[in-house]
Amino acid sequence: MANPTTKSPAQRRYNMGILGCSTGYAAALFGATAYFGNHPDARSVTAYAAAIMPALLIIGMFFVIGRYLVEERDEYQRILMVRQTLVASGLALSLATLWGFLESFDLAPHVDAYWLAVVWFAGLGLGACVNRLTLGRAA
Amino acid sequence: MTNRLRDLRGDRGWSQQHLAELLEVSRQSVNAIETGRYDPSLPLAFRIAELFELAIEDVFVSPAKEK
Repeated sequence: MANPTTKSPAQRRYNMGILGCSTGYAAALFGATAYFGNHPDARSVTAYAAAIMPALLIIGMFFVIGRYLVEERDEYQRILMVRQTLVASGLALSLATLWGFLESFDLAPHVDAYWLAVVWFAGLGLGACVNRLTLGRAA
Repeated sequence: MTNRLRDLRGDRGWSQQHLAELLEVSRQSVNAIETGRYDPSLPLAFRIAELFELAIEDVFVSPAKEK
């Protein structure tokens, strides 16, 4: 990172990757919703492709985050992201475990598994807050 | 880990941003190291020491010697 006021090349690729996956996800979700709205009982290859496409773009976001951790040359920025992903993983796995047991004993309604990814991404935001609270201006 | 980075930087009249540019790291990295919130890796510690033309132990205080 030659100029600290600008993003590092890895951060720029990360931002572009997340933006691309987010845009693609919104389009894929819109497409899948429209498709299954018109073909509610579809079980064709197209139906599976439409259902899987939003998931692939979420998986793409995980890949983008992993690639950032590999490519970022600023070790401190890298450790900040590692801390965020640890908070996110801890939050998502803890909530999934808690909810799973509650659901098993019929004490909570069923929740689709993809919500785990949503909680994980919320955990990234929480991780950024934890970094800020514990590291102050350095985060 | 205690270090003299802030003093060394101040002696030269450098801002955190300028030092960050010289080290090719972010300003946050310099801030975190100066405030002792982050201990740099050995390669980065060497880069810092070499930038100031000092031995590594003249910049960073061994935790064993702090006690």
